[in-house]
Amino acid sequence: MNCFEIKDLNLHYGTFQALHHINMDIAAGEITAFIGPSGCGKSTLLKTLNRMNDLVEGCKITGSVTLYGEDIYAASDVNLLRKRVGMVFQRSNPFPMSIYDNIAFGPRTHGVKSRLELDRIVEESLRAAAIWDEVKDRLKKSALSLSGGQQQRMCIARALAVSPEVLLMDEPTSALDPISTEKIEELLLTVREKYSIIIVTHNMQQAARVSDKTAFFLTGEVVEHDSTETIFAMPHDQRTEDYITGRFG
Amino acid sequence: MSKQNIIKLREKLMSAVFLVAALASILAVGLICFFLLVNGLPAMGEIGVFKFLLGREWSPTDIPPVFGILPMIVGSLYVTAGAIIIGVPIGVLTAVFLARVCPKRLYKLLKPGVDLMAGIPSVVYGFFAMAVIVPLTGSSMLTASILLGVMILPTIIGLAESALRAVPEQYYEGALALGAGHYRSVFFIVLPAAKSGILTAAVLGIGRAIGETMAVVMVAGNQARMPVSLLKGVRTMTANIVIEMGYAGELHRQALIATGVVLLLFILIINLSLSALKNRSKQ
Ligand SMILES: Nc1ncnc2c1ncn2[C@@H]1O[C@H](COP(=O)(O)OP(=O)(O)OP(=O)(O)O)[C@@H](O)[C@H]1O
Ligand SMILES: [Mg+2]
Repeated sequence: MNCFEIKDLNLHYGTFQALHHINMDIAAGEITAFIGPSGCGKSTLLKTLNRMNDLVEGCKITGSVTLYGEDIYAASDVNLLRKRVGMVFQRSNPFPMSIYDNIAFGPRTHGVKSRLELDRIVEESLRAAAIWDEVKDRLKKSALSLSGGQQQRMCIARALAVSPEVLLMDEPTSALDPISTEKIEELLLTVREKYSIIIVTHNMQQAARVSDKTAFFLTGEVVEHDSTETIFAMPHDQRTEDYITGRFG
Repeated sequence: MSKQNIIKLREKLMSAVFLVAALASILAVGLICFFLLVNGLPAMGEIGVFKFLLGREWSPTDIPPVFGILPMIVGSLYVTAGAIIIGVPIGVLTAVFLARVCPKRLYKLLKPGVDLMAGIPSVVYGFFAMAVIVPLTGSSMLTASILLGVMILPTIIGLAESALRAVPEQYYEGALALGAGHYRSVFFIVLPAAKSGILTAAVLGIGRAIGETMAVVMVAGNQARMPVSLLKGVRTMTANIVIEMGYAGELHRQALIATGVVLLLFILIINLSLSALKNRSKQ
């Protein structure tokens, strides 16, 4: 089954066309990696999937994107879409408040009021993001007091707290040290059963290690989208091979 | 003289000019404090510090005269508190509207309007209040509070708006990405993130309100007695000074200056809490 089905998607920023005729089905329950050189439109495509591009002035989209069959651009409730499709940003962005309140913000937004229920969600999300043991004694402390790697895992926990169906991650480890990166990769592998995950990464090894499918982008087009093994072992397109073997850009 | 020497001389001359300019303002502050203390403290001594600060009666023309400024201290505090209660919520909401809600075209209209408010002389505010508010609520504490609440708006709006604009956009985007709507993101994430700036705005507002004189004198009723009700007249410290200075005799005059000392003390406390706030937000 597919979570997202993207049909003939074109995206313009003003007069600049950032995405050209994207056709892509993203399988549910799998990890899909987006790879490609800088500026090729990976983040742009990611942001069309939870409609964060709505914030960009002059951004025009044609074509269709469906989530389990529903057109996300025809649907009126953007907030519900963003609850179903969570996002983790490249630069971790904890809110300047306590760790607990960071995690609880999402559930509270969607109507969870009971203290007990919130406590449960906070613990469960932090556990899922493999950071519970590090923060369980300081939930009331400011989230800004965490290290960079911890902040990013907390942000993942925050995204998981609203029980999304899909998780979008834009270079979630690019600002982190190898150990934090490893922790996040491990956590991806443990949560993969419950969520469909799309991860943008510049790290080829990371894509190879964690993803089931990989899509290679070049100047706003999807060059190749296949199982990660195929992409890395025997890509069909010469440009994919050049990029993966490092002969490119 | 060689060319080099002329350049050097010019440099020295310029730095001397700057020094004098800087010293002049420090000198002014120093002189003001000196004048206030020299003229005010002896009166406080003569009247008795406690009788002066905590005395509930102010009858400078009685024989013997009674100088208790507690009514004016309390009056100033009440009126200022009223101004904050009215001005801060309205100002902060306006700032939220300007920074996060209003379309650009409307902004271009509203922003200069707010800036203009800051430049209106206080006597004009006073006239406005006499014509519009006094008919409704009389010359009273409430009227003075409303008027001061309006007068501190430009300060509050300006500072709160820039505090809101300084909040990183990624907080807002992070909240949206969790499925929060625009207003929920703004009020529960962006606004709390700007709280130290907004607190600073409120403190500066307090400073403006407590020091305001002209407009308050015009609408507050100015009865020198302990404040009795929102709808009855009240006299602030500034009003006390400006009303009586013209005809005050020896000790009376000094007592008014001593009122100025107390006012200065309040301003000092406000400034100290401001810099404490700044230090805290830097950390
Ligand atoms: N808000 C915007 N306004 C105008 N152009 C934009 C905007 N955001 C991105 N672009 C342009 O769209 C193209 C794709 O950008 P995008 O951020 O999607 O690239 P990317 O693949 O994520 O690159 P990177 O790997 O460096 O993050 C780039 O040419 C970029 O300059
Ligand atoms: Mg990007």
